[in-house]
Amino acid sequence: MSAQLVTELTILVLAAFVGFEVISKVPTLLHTPLMSGTNAIHGIVIVGAIIVMGTPHPGLLMRILSFIAVVLASANVVGGFVVTDRMLEMFKKRPDEPQ
Amino acid sequence: MSATTANLLYLFTIAAFILALRFLSSPRHARLGVQIAAAGMLWAVIVTLSLERVVTGYWWMAAGIAIGSAIGVVGARKVKMTAMPQMVALFNGVGGGAASLISLVEFHTVWALNGDVGVERGVSTVFSALVGSISFAGSMVAFGKLQDLISGRPITYPGQQVGNALLFVGSIALGAVAMASVSFWLLAAAILVAALFGVVFVLPIGGADMPVVISLLNAFTGLAAAATGFVLHSNVLIVSGMLVGASGTLLTTLMAKAMNRSIANVLFGAFGKLDATEAAVAGGSDGATVRSATADDVAVMLAYARRVVFVPGYGLAVAQAQHDVRNLAELLEGKGVDVKYAIHPVAGRMPGHMNVLLAEANVPYDELVEMEQINPEFPQTDVAVIVGANDVVNPAARNQPGSPIYGMPILDVDKSRNVVVIKRSMSPGFAGIDNPLFYDAKTVMLFDDAKAAMEKLIVAVKTV
Repeated sequence: MSAQLVTELTILVLAAFVGFEVISKVPTLLHTPLMSGTNAIHGIVIVGAIIVMGTPHPGLLMRILSFIAVVLASANVVGGFVVTDRMLEMFKKRPDEPQ
Repeated sequence: MSATTANLLYLFTIAAFILALRFLSSPRHARLGVQIAAAGMLWAVIVTLSLERVVTGYWWMAAGIAIGSAIGVVGARKVKMTAMPQMVALFNGVGGGAASLISLVEFHTVWALNGDVGVERGVSTVFSALVGSISFAGSMVAFGKLQDLISGRPITYPGQQVGNALLFVGSIALGAVAMASVSFWLLAAAILVAALFGVVFVLPIGGADMPVVISLLNAFTGLAAAATGFVLHSNVLIVSGMLVGASGTLLTTLMAKAMNRSIANVLFGAFGKLDATEAAVAGGSDGATVRSATADDVAVMLAYARRVVFVPGYGLAVAQAQHDVRNLAELLEGKGVDVKYAIHPVAGRMPGHMNVLLAEANVPYDELVEMEQINPEFPQTDVAVIVGANDVVNPAARNQPGSPIYGMPILDVDKSRNVVVIKRSMSPGFAGIDNPLFYDAKTVMLFDDAKAAMEKLIVAVKTV
C-alpha cells in the first residue's frame, strides 16, 4: 500500500468523524436544508470534472463524457446552493421578539 | 500550479464546508454558512482551473458550466417547496452521475498513459464509477416516484431480490474484470449494470419511505465523490465527499428510527404493499362510529380553547393550505389562544420537510415543536388539530402489536382533550392501515379538503 493511499485514508476517516460530529448538532428543523446543502457540497465533483475536461484526450468520446460530467456537476453545485439559500431565507423568528 | 500547491489551497474550501455545516446548527446563521460554502466552492473551481494538469478544453468547460448553471438556477428558483424532495433527488442524481463519468474518463486517461491503472486506483475507480451510477439511476427513479411519473406504491415481482442481488454482484464482477484486463468498455458496461441495479433497487420502495431513500442516496453520492478523490488524488474531494457521506448516513439512521424500522426493512421490505388490505380489515372499525362535525362546531372549540396544537401532514402541503393554517393560527393567537405546531420527524417527504413548508408560510420557527418536546404537552392541550396527517398520529403504533406500524414513535394527540381530524375521506394513509384515532370518543372529523376547511374555519372563528 502506498504512503499516499495511507495518508488519504487517514483524511477520509478523520473527515467521517468530523462529519458525524458536526452534523449531529444540526436540529431536525433544518434537516431539509442540511440535505440540500450537503447535496451542493458533493457538487465538489465539479473539481474532478474540470480536471478530466482539462486533460488532453485523443478521442472525441472522452471529451463528450467529460463535458457531460461538467454539465451535471455544475447543475449540482449551482442548483444545490441556490435552492438551499432560498429555503434558509424563509426561516424567521417571531417578529415581535427581539433578535 | 502543482497538485501539492492545489491541495494546500483547497484547505480553504475544506474549512469553508466544515464551517458551513457547523453554522447549520441554528437557523439564525445557517444562511451565512451556506454562503460561505458557496464561496469555498468558487475558490475550489478557481484553484482547479490553474492546475498544471488542466491545459485544454476551456471552451468546453465554459459551455458546460454555463449550461449546468442555467439548469441549476432555473430548477432551484422555480421549484415549489412541496416538490423539494424531487429537486434534492435530482441534484443528488446528477452529482452521482458526474462522479461516475469522471472515474470512467480518468480510467481511460491513466490507461492510455501507463497501460495500467494499478490496484489501489483501480479499486477506487470501480467504487466511484459503480456507486455514482447507482446513485444516479436510483435518484432518477426516486424523482419519478415523487413526481408521480412512476407509481409511488412499491413495485414488486417474483424473484426480485435474487435478481437485484445478481445485478449488484454482476456489476462488481464486471468492474473487477475491467480493472484486471484494463478494459474501458468493460468498465462502461459495469456502470450500465450498476445503473440498472439502481433502478430496480428503488422500484420496490414505497413513497412513504422516500425520506430514507433520499438520504441514503445522498450518502451514496457523497461516498462516490470521496472515491473520486482517491482516483484523482484530491483531498478536497475526499473530505467533502465524506462529509456528505456522514451526513447522509446519519439522516438515514435517524429516519429509520423515526419509523421504528431497520434500514434493511425499509430498503427490502416493500412496505405498504403486502400489509395494506390485511391490516385494513384486521384493524377495522368494529362497528365503532365516527363523529363528524361542521366548521362552526370546530370554530367554537378552537376559539374557546386555551391551547391548540396543529399537527400538519403531507396532505396539508398537497392542498397548499400552509398559509391558511398560519392565518387561522394567528387569528386564534389574537384571541389569546396558545398555538403550536407539532412536527413529526417523518412529516413530509424528506427529513425536516414540514418545517420548510411552514417556514415558507411565514410560521416563526420557534412555534415548530419536535415530537419529543410536544408529546408531554398533549394532556394539557385542549384541541389537537390534525391537518392531512394520518400514520404519524395513529395510536395503533402504541397499542396494537399486530399493526405494521407498531412501535413507530407517534405524536400522542389522543391524549389531548379534543381531537379534530381534517381529512377528505376515511381513506387510509400512506401505510395503508386504518386509524383507531378516528373512532375515538374525543375525536371529531371535519371532512373537507385541508385548504377549504381552513378557509371555512377562519370565517367561522371570526364570527364566534
